[in-house]
Amino acid sequence: MSRLGRATWDFQSTPVYVEGYGTVAGQLEGKGPLGADFDLVLENDRIDDDTWEHSEQRMFAKAVQLAMTTANVTAEQIDVLVGADLNAQLTAFYLGTRAFARPSLGVYSACASICESLAVAGLLVHTGHVDRAVAGTSSHTSTAERQFRYPTEYGAQKPPTAQRTVTGSGAVVLGTSVHPIQVTHATVGTVVDYGIASPWEMGAAMAPAACDTILQHLSDTGRSVKDYDLIATGDLGHVGLKLLKELLAEKGVPQPELRTFVDCGAMIYDPNQPEVFSGGSGGACCSIVTFSHLFRKLLNGECRRILVSATGALLSTVSVQQKDSIPSVSHAIAFERKDVQ
Amino acid sequence: MAMASEADKRRYRELVKREQPGRRIVRNTIRAFVVGGLICEIGQCVQSMFIRFAHFKPTEAGNPTVAVMIFLSVVCTALGVYDRFAQWAGAGSAVPVTGFANTMSSAAMEHRSEGWVSGVGSNMFKVAGPVIVYGVVSAFFVAMIRYLVTHL
Repeated sequence: MSRLGRATWDFQSTPVYVEGYGTVAGQLEGKGPLGADFDLVLENDRIDDDTWEHSEQRMFAKAVQLAMTTANVTAEQIDVLVGADLNAQLTAFYLGTRAFARPSLGVYSACASICESLAVAGLLVHTGHVDRAVAGTSSHTSTAERQFRYPTEYGAQKPPTAQRTVTGSGAVVLGTSVHPIQVTHATVGTVVDYGIASPWEMGAAMAPAACDTILQHLSDTGRSVKDYDLIATGDLGHVGLKLLKELLAEKGVPQPELRTFVDCGAMIYDPNQPEVFSGGSGGACCSIVTFSHLFRKLLNGECRRILVSATGALLSTVSVQQKDSIPSVSHAIAFERKDVQ
Repeated sequence: MAMASEADKRRYRELVKREQPGRRIVRNTIRAFVVGGLICEIGQCVQSMFIRFAHFKPTEAGNPTVAVMIFLSVVCTALGVYDRFAQWAGAGSAVPVTGFANTMSSAAMEHRSEGWVSGVGSNMFKVAGPVIVYGVVSAFFVAMIRYLVTHL
């Protein structure tokens, strides 16, 4: 069976491996606690004094290039690119990767896009429709501010529940040749709406989606929290992670097991860094933390099995102004360490 | 779980309210009061200097004062200082002249990459526009009321 339960895809019968990975991080992210884990840290978030949008496109291309380099493949050996970003019409992905001239699929689940990309790319590799796929996302604090909020230099006070969009890009090459990190499962999330309407409370809006998807994954696979060394959410931030733990406790997850849960958005910055508020968010938050810090834990044997559940708040400036609530979605990917001879 | 019932939503909102750090209203109010007042104080000093050293009449000193305050605000915006200052000062930074200049200059900077006309030109009033619209509309109604009161 390649489907488990309601929403989990099992890739283990034809294993899918992470053949290569690459991460690019912005200045503030580079100065954060995970700074040393990233493959490349920008000296200036505005690359070559070009626009923010062009900078994001170039980060995306760089991350894909780094992933292909570590996988030791050229663009011609990539059968499909699957990716996303937060810009309208996915310009960072499509424009950023056009030079590779490969078949491309742009996807969107807001900040959960990295796990959607991994699910789609993993499925394509698993079924044999492609031999090798790239999955990646990017975000840039200044393009996201323009897309969703105010001009960068506009003086408006943000509340402590706000989050900072991560500047960066992360990409992986997935294929069937045996490598130390295997992609075993993908759980596709359901859209969850608990009626949170403030765009400054993304952590609160997304926590129920993460809870739903993680529990769905465990019930589909017949696993428990104890089967994982780490369960990481994408960008709930400090506030959202606390809420997620409350929700899980309500659903019967015992207190000691809640220590397994971490959040990429809560890890990427030091709370003492300026204006990081509740933590990081954005399409790149989950990807650059997973493909650097979490992969390192798998590779050095600290973890054998991790679940990454990226979280996305489904809103647009129009939906917020029309007083819609902010539904959210979370997709989960399970990674496992394989011992390679 | 996906379709949360009204009761679930209510319960969750209560949980969120309990767990989420709120805005620090007292601290923000004090900062806004002090900073807003200080900005006005600076404006007053500039005006007094125009009167004292440049020999402007008190009624005429307002215009060059506003120009100086706009200039200061735009310089701070361009240097990337104003938004950080606003995060600290909150509503105090929204004092009309400097706050307004910041909305216009920040929007102009933001959209410079889309060109002078379709970028800077059409977006400069993006944040400041509503202030103008409602300023003019309310001025119209106030003038109407004044006219009716004085002529009836």
